[in-house]
Amino acid sequence: MRHSFGVRTKGSLTVFAAIIICFALSACSGPLSTLDPAGPAALAASRLWWGIFIGATVVLAAVVALWLFAIQRDPRSGTPAQPTGAEQTTGEQPATGEDTRLIQRQHQAWIIGGGIVLPVAAIAVLLMFSIPTGSLMSNMALEEYQAQSAEPVLRIDVIGHQWWWQVTYLNTGSNTASNPGPASGAQADIRLRDEIHIPVGVPVRLFLSSADVIHSFWVPRLGGKLDMIPGRTNELRLQADEPGVYPGVCAEFCGLLHAQMKFTVHAHTPEDFAAWVRSQQTAPDANGADGADGNVAQDQDSAQEAEND
Amino acid sequence: MTDTERTHRPTDDNNAGAIAQLQAAWANLPGWGALAAVNHGTVGLRFMLTGAVFFLIGGVLALMMRSQLALPGGTVLDAAQYNQMFTMHGTVMMFLFAIPVLEGLAIYMIPKMIGARDLLFPRLGAFGYFCYLFGGIIIIVSLLAGVAPDTGWFMYTPLSSSQYAPGPGADVWLLGVTFVEISALTAGVELSVSILRSRAPGMTLKMMPIFCWCILVMALMIIFGFPPLILASVLLELERAAGMPFFATSGGSDPLLWQHLFWLFGHPDVYIIFLPAVGIVSTLIPVFSRRPLVGYGWVVFSIALMGFISFGLWMHHMFTVGLPAFAQAFFSASSMLVAIATGIQVFAWLATLWSGRVVFALPMLWLCGFLVVFVCGGLTGVMLALVPFNWQVHDTHFVVAHLHYVVVGGMFFPLMAGLYYWLPLFSGRMPSARLGRWAFWLTFIGFNLTFLLMHLTGLLGMPRRVYTYEAGLGWEWLNLLSSLGSFVMAVGVALIVVDVALHFRFGRRAGHNPWQADTLEWALPTPPPTYNFASIPRITSRHPLWDDPALPDTVNSSTGLLANADHGRRETPGTDAVTGRLQAVFHLPTNDWLPLLSAAVLAGLCLALLAGQYLVAVAVALGTTALLLRWSWVNGMQVLRWSTDKPGPGDMKLHAQTTDGPGVWGMVLTLMADAAFYLSLLFAWFYLRTVSPQRIIPEDMAVDLWAVLACGLLLTLAGGVYLNTVQRIRAGSAVALTARLLTVICLGALHVIALLWIMWASPLQSFTLTHDALVLFMLMYLLFHSALSWVVTALQLLRVRAGYVGTQLPYEMVVMQPFWLFTMVVFWLSVVAFFAVPLAWPA
Repeated sequence: MRHSFGVRTKGSLTVFAAIIICFALSACSGPLSTLDPAGPAALAASRLWWGIFIGATVVLAAVVALWLFAIQRDPRSGTPAQPTGAEQTTGEQPATGEDTRLIQRQHQAWIIGGGIVLPVAAIAVLLMFSIPTGSLMSNMALEEYQAQSAEPVLRIDVIGHQWWWQVTYLNTGSNTASNPGPASGAQADIRLRDEIHIPVGVPVRLFLSSADVIHSFWVPRLGGKLDMIPGRTNELRLQADEPGVYPGVCAEFCGLLHAQMKFTVHAHTPEDFAAWVRSQQTAPDANGADGADGNVAQDQDSAQEAEND
Repeated sequence: MTDTERTHRPTDDNNAGAIAQLQAAWANLPGWGALAAVNHGTVGLRFMLTGAVFFLIGGVLALMMRSQLALPGGTVLDAAQYNQMFTMHGTVMMFLFAIPVLEGLAIYMIPKMIGARDLLFPRLGAFGYFCYLFGGIIIIVSLLAGVAPDTGWFMYTPLSSSQYAPGPGADVWLLGVTFVEISALTAGVELSVSILRSRAPGMTLKMMPIFCWCILVMALMIIFGFPPLILASVLLELERAAGMPFFATSGGSDPLLWQHLFWLFGHPDVYIIFLPAVGIVSTLIPVFSRRPLVGYGWVVFSIALMGFISFGLWMHHMFTVGLPAFAQAFFSASSMLVAIATGIQVFAWLATLWSGRVVFALPMLWLCGFLVVFVCGGLTGVMLALVPFNWQVHDTHFVVAHLHYVVVGGMFFPLMAGLYYWLPLFSGRMPSARLGRWAFWLTFIGFNLTFLLMHLTGLLGMPRRVYTYEAGLGWEWLNLLSSLGSFVMAVGVALIVVDVALHFRFGRRAGHNPWQADTLEWALPTPPPTYNFASIPRITSRHPLWDDPALPDTVNSSTGLLANADHGRRETPGTDAVTGRLQAVFHLPTNDWLPLLSAAVLAGLCLALLAGQYLVAVAVALGTTALLLRWSWVNGMQVLRWSTDKPGPGDMKLHAQTTDGPGVWGMVLTLMADAAFYLSLLFAWFYLRTVSPQRIIPEDMAVDLWAVLACGLLLTLAGGVYLNTVQRIRAGSAVALTARLLTVICLGALHVIALLWIMWASPLQSFTLTHDALVLFMLMYLLFHSALSWVVTALQLLRVRAGYVGTQLPYEMVVMQPFWLFTMVVFWLSVVAFFAVPLAWPA
């Protein structure tokens, strides 16, 4: 090991590697973990993550190794330069003459190879993987599903408030492929607060907006997030592959109690979901979904905004 | 005395006399008078020291945040306090530390590196410093008073509107940060003009040190990148204070407009922070490799590339708002392409280290830290540029980890390397090796402990800006370790402070040029005198000190260019922007209280607005205007004293006798910032008309087009006469100068009255409709320019009568020429954008 102003090269690399390994092996699961996917969108994103994580680690290690090696290399003799052990230089004049042509070409190769070719190639590969993943996550194969299935796609309106979630189910079974937007408020039947129920294995359409400030809807184990912005409606498509309870959070700072603005997504088997829907429809006021300012006018506002999109 | 110990004292009486005269001309006033100093050394040091203090304040805020997050359900801070903490941490670090400290370094170092005596607008720079100081104090005091801004350092609407943030906090941010930004703009204009026009004779652009290239590009980026935020802040403050609905959906606008304007500034901002730091890296690596930087041309190209590309990345902060797929793909690709510019520089450094014989001194240790941390941050940046991955980790602690890696790695570590590198130049002593190593390792390890794990915290779902979290989510150990790491890093930073403080007393004497560096600043004595060079050097190489070891003797003697100061003026050479050929002598202002007074009055304006005392604010604004106009008047009085002197070699004129001095360049660059402000306004206008989902466009424009055209005609006539007059003066003719200026003033007055009448009489609904609010704002903008043109021309007339302006002194009129032109151009552009386009393409 060389000691030169505290750089114990091998030692620091070992520590660094240890951190990386711990990082990689430590628990990836958790109720809000993007690395514990429970739906196709989250799964695609997590695969993308592991790919780029490995790639980035390799690049970081290679660049750091090159750097440290370049520092100790002595171009005259090929052996490591002698440590000076002093604050100042050894007193020899710096080399300022012109580099030889060969060396100039080598330098050119470094810069073009490492600075242009390498990034361009990496970017091409990254786009090649990320564009299809993005397409998958935003579309969730909805058109294919609608073409094959007799069941209408579930449409749910979610309005963000400071600091709770107003959930309104929009289909009462009248959805068709030619009516892609949310239905008018008059057909709304199920209203919930801070929770959403969905069937497993099928995509659902969530129409997101806000009644006050910008919020963001995020269920990490199911898919990416989408902002809820007053004056516009954004559509998020999610699918859960297994029955279970998936927590969600608000992911855009929205004021004092932003940290407390949470919700849960309950994914049921198709039979259980149908039973749940029936139970909601037979007791429409039992779920207290109107919220702090809740009234029918609010629902109509949100649907109106959605239609203006 | 050996070479390394010589202190370059003048060796004979003539020398001593000339040096004494230089010192007298360049000295600060004694005692409290030092507050009136305008020379770059003093101003630069003030920026850096003040920035360091704000850094420590921001650091304490971070420690408080980490204390709160160490355990789930923490009770160190409540939600309201925590929200103020994180908002202030970001605001202080980004606006009160990162940019000012680097500006300060540039202000201090640039004249020394380019062979000049001072920057070219010393009072502007001093004014900028006091704006920064007072604005920063206002912001910090709000924290102590418990009314700090608390809606995040990027202030998204509608959360930051008066409905959801009713207290004074948001106004403190909007007014305080805008006040501080004046200092960024003054630095941007001053540095770019100085780098272009006052390099030592012979220093072509190709011979300029890389650090100077970085600062030049940074300064230009500031000029174009800050105005969008200034516009957004002004609009939001008008919305909060006066109810003009620029961002409210009720008026037809879209909250995303704020985000676009903010990030149009915000993304270039981080490259503005990054560029000077890579300039430091590119300066140090060749010195410690003891060979020139490999690929100078490539590095310059990549710096410029980075400057350009950084303006085309901003929507990558908005991938989750529901952008169209095409926009997302475009900004994803462009965000990754900037890696090319970074990659070129990294490999140029690698090649330099590879083919050099590296001396491993303490600055190199910090550069190694920079490499590890910054490359890691850059890689997570590329990850974030991938849209689908971004959808998962946006607004989580993954982004917090990324941004700290790039900002701490890409700015703080190089800054520390630069600190240890240049400290001997400033103090003549070396800092401690042992303490320095401990400081580095504690900082490096503490930093990585805090933020490396934080990537995982974000992947496990912890959002940003949450004041607490529940147990059982898998975040407990990660947060605890991050909090521990933050305290380790704090100890490391404390050791740096201690090391620097102690070295003034205990540090080993450095001797001359201890690092055997190649750039000009090391030719100076330590500490450098206020005037830097007793004789301005003539430059023949990119590495002046390596190629001419006798240079220190030359520049510290009194036999060279501009060594004579018996006239008592402060002078520096004026050279051609590209070739560095000597063209004129620039005479510079000496100590002056006007910058401090002007900034103090502006602070009063800021406070009056914050308190809602609008009548007081109007009075103070008028007072400020009077003071600034007085300043411009005083500017000319110096010139008269020396109007017939010929100071330089051959026939070199003072710049006031020419038509190409710094003033014109400064005016043009300021107008470029003004243009960026105006283009941002056009962006908002077209955004409203085409994209805003809730847009309300009235059937008929409330402002009468014919009235506007008539008003524009008056303006064009006035401006036309002015421009024609300037043309004649340049050609040497001052015939009927007074009459011509009177014509301009009369026509101008009619124009201003017409414009005021239009604003008053048009049935605009500026308090209910975004459309009309933007129209009114545009009219106010035009009024400002027209009124200012008129007032300054009236002053010009007075100055002609007083003898300050004429064919021998044509300079001031030439400086105002671009301003008149700009006033006319924006008027007619507004006619096209606000009237013609809507007529051709109705919404």
